[in-house]
Amino acid sequence: MSDASHDNPHAPGPSLWPIGFAIGVACLLLGLVLSWIIAAIGAVLAVVFGLLWARDVTREVRGEVPEIEPETRAVADEAAAPAGPPAAAPLPTYTRSRFLEASTLGISAAIGAVVTLPVLGFMVLPSFTNLEEQEADLGPLENFPEGKYVIASYFALPGGGEVSRRTVFVRYNGLVENPANQGRQEPSFTILYSRCVHLGCPVQPNGPIDEAAKKNVNGVELRPVLAQSFGCPCHGGLYDAEGNRRAGPPVRSMDRAEYSIKHGRLILGPVYAVGNVSGTGANAMISRYPWSTPGTHVDGIEAWLYPIVPTQVTG
Amino acid sequence: MAKKSKRGTLVETAVLAPLDWVDERTAAVRGTKWFLFRNVPRDISWAQTLGSATLTAFIVQTLTGVILAMYYEPSSSINPTTGKPVAYSSIEAITNDLTLGWLVRGMHRWGASVFIILLFLHMGRVFLFGAYKYPRELTWITGVFILVTGMLLGFTGYLLPWDQTAYWATVVGINLNGTAPFLGPWLAQFLATGPEIGSETLAKWYSLHMLVLPGAIIGLIGVHIYLVTRLGVVSPPWSGERAGRERAEAAPTGARAGLVRGGTSGGGK
Ligand code: HEM
Ligand code: FES
Repeated sequence: MSDASHDNPHAPGPSLWPIGFAIGVACLLLGLVLSWIIAAIGAVLAVVFGLLWARDVTREVRGEVPEIEPETRAVADEAAAPAGPPAAAPLPTYTRSRFLEASTLGISAAIGAVVTLPVLGFMVLPSFTNLEEQEADLGPLENFPEGKYVIASYFALPGGGEVSRRTVFVRYNGLVENPANQGRQEPSFTILYSRCVHLGCPVQPNGPIDEAAKKNVNGVELRPVLAQSFGCPCHGGLYDAEGNRRAGPPVRSMDRAEYSIKHGRLILGPVYAVGNVSGTGANAMISRYPWSTPGTHVDGIEAWLYPIVPTQVTG
Repeated sequence: MAKKSKRGTLVETAVLAPLDWVDERTAAVRGTKWFLFRNVPRDISWAQTLGSATLTAFIVQTLTGVILAMYYEPSSSINPTTGKPVAYSSIEAITNDLTLGWLVRGMHRWGASVFIILLFLHMGRVFLFGAYKYPRELTWITGVFILVTGMLLGFTGYLLPWDQTAYWATVVGINLNGTAPFLGPWLAQFLATGPEIGSETLAKWYSLHMLVLPGAIIGLIGVHIYLVTRLGVVSPPWSGERAGRERAEAAPTGARAGLVRGGTSGGGK
């Protein structure tokens, strides 16, 4: 026992293939981030060089396969069976013990699956099912002065507590003609979602908050603020008044929320991602995309180079 | 040494008989000797103790963690007396009110960093000495899994105090996972238990932190150390006593033959 395990160098000879294999793996990993093509090239390289390497390494072990007579078990004891018929009775190919072994394993696997699957399901599924958040009612339109941001924070789930607090920055842009609605005058809002599109920290308005004018409308806290830019405390992301990135690591413009107006009240809709905003206020041209995880590009060359992040996972 | 008195022999028998009894039935004494009284190359140094140092740090984490778990409450709901979340209040109580709580919490918190730093130092030693080469590849691979599990322990533990740093650092960490290719968004949503961190997140991470991940890492550490014991420690790369050269078969200094009397009672080989 002592000699079998101790440093006997029967290591295979040197080989260059691992280098090719390593390059292939590196390409594959880079490709996962950059593009499918590089990943595919890497995968091919890795497989080819991996096989060559394995062939090299196992050459000694494999050696020349000697021609061996196939083992036959029929004649266990030649001396005991000389009188028997010359053609030995064929052995059963599937013995009783093999059968018992297989069925024990099979039944255990079935029991294991019956126990494990529901448990795994319970571990994973609640993260993806029954997750609807209520739509938030931010209250009467009069609470939003024209051209100024108001910090509106509310609870997305009743009884969800602080962890379900969401914050948006709401600016009323005045009345504009809506060509889609026979040119009728309609109120326009800019609603920026406070979560940083770098990695999700709470973006803060850069300016004094008018705490005296703070209001609480049905559990929605409204605080006017004098701010023409927004900053993120985590890694210094900076956004302008339209939510365009001005500095720091964020990769797109701030997310925005859809809205509707019902009975003179501002109702928040789903959040969507924004590539870029040109123009300001009611006249802004917003390049909008389905919501996507913070940190992922929605437009430009990066979105093509890194196309493998699917958009929102649904609840 | 003087010859053993009759009395001395009696005492020795009284001490060793139970050990022999246990060993005969379990091989525990032989196993312990196999584990502890090993030959090592003559030219090893302090560098080879980093693995044991990491293990010690892990044992400290386990002991202090088990005790913290007796006082910590993983709940995000508001404690009516303090007006703060229950988890945060329980951490405050551990730190400020409970006798010696500050010490044990401090050991666990600083120990977490010590553990990770030692993991990396140990790994660096193994790498620089080429100790991952044949026949120790699997030791290295189990080590990689230990490293990943250890970092996950740190990641999940960091949320538990449930203060602003913990919360937003975890938001950032989850969103980082979310940008991973293919499965990223699903992974992030699983970690957060929904599109955002919520009240279930804390309990989930606590369970991962104190049940799932320690269980996994203890299993991995067991395999790792079994392999280390089986394969022995490697000499440094500059060593004359190179891997593969015959070792002197002289009686190793560490292995005292007398712990269990060889041969006479059942304990012998
Ligand atoms: C290598 C293993 C471990 C590492 C790296 C680790 C890391 C951490 C970290 C970074 C924290 C946050 C500490 C703080 O903010 O005070 C923490 C907290 C905690 N850990 Fe661990 N941990 C480990 C093992 C364990 C084990 C085995 C248990 C229990 C069985 C445990 C139970 C806890 C508890 C209850 C807390 C919350 C108390 C507190 O935050 O002070 N940990 N851990
Ligand atoms: S999360 Fe905002 S800058 Fe990183």
